[in-house]
Amino acid sequence: MSQPIYHEHHPRWLRQPMSTYWWAGKWAYTKFILREISSVFVAWFVVYLVMAVRAVAAGEAAWTAFVAWSGGPVLLAMNVVAFFFIVFHSLTWFAVAPQAIVAHVGKKRVPAVLIAVGHYAAWVAVSAAIYWLLVLA
Amino acid sequence: MPRKPERPIEPLLWMLFSGGGMASAMLMPALVFLLALAFPLGWIAPPSYEHLRAVLLHPLARLVFFGVCMLSLFHWAHRFKYTLYDGLQVKHLNEMINLFCYGGAVVGSLVVAYVLYRL
Repeated sequence: MSQPIYHEHHPRWLRQPMSTYWWAGKWAYTKFILREISSVFVAWFVVYLVMAVRAVAAGEAAWTAFVAWSGGPVLLAMNVVAFFFIVFHSLTWFAVAPQAIVAHVGKKRVPAVLIAVGHYAAWVAVSAAIYWLLVLA
Repeated sequence: MPRKPERPIEPLLWMLFSGGGMASAMLMPALVFLLALAFPLGWIAPPSYEHLRAVLLHPLARLVFFGVCMLSLFHWAHRFKYTLYDGLQVKHLNEMINLFCYGGAVVGSLVVAYVLYRL
């Protein structure tokens, strides 16, 4: 490592260079990186959902082919991994929601637990609505 | 005097990130569980083609679908940008990463809109 250079009237800071793998040693850091990487799977599922819509637009044969294609081992394995990441995203997102949302009723601050529970309840309701719309209706 | 923000677009990008995080967290697990796992594996019988088409043809469904996709793409753009920043420490490629991430989200949103329009 080169020594820091100092000039008169213009001091340079000594900065220790960070390893590229700084997040690998500690679970809290690894969790942070996994949470950040979940965004890649969010983007992948946008692509996947749009492909599903395109298949529906193209006709019944295309839709049947899409479902069959989704059942292939490679895509299925990838989607299982991606599904775990998306659930991880949901759980971590709702977990920090109480820190991001400061709500008041009258003069009292809504307790963090209530905000978290509200998010989980909404998640269950939205999931049930999607299930109803696609499967039951 | 309050300092002028260096990047006035930053709050907007953060709101898109936040909205996308919420939309994808709420809707994606159920959608993906059904479409990518339960239907192909035969755990749950897939809906009839006519039903699915009818659902998607509803303007409200298309509006929600577009909203979720667009916000989710911006969520990805923002988070992935900082993953490259902090995770790989490639700050010197700043402009290229911005173009790739936010440009990708804009182009992706246009593609989603086009697919829904053609439905």
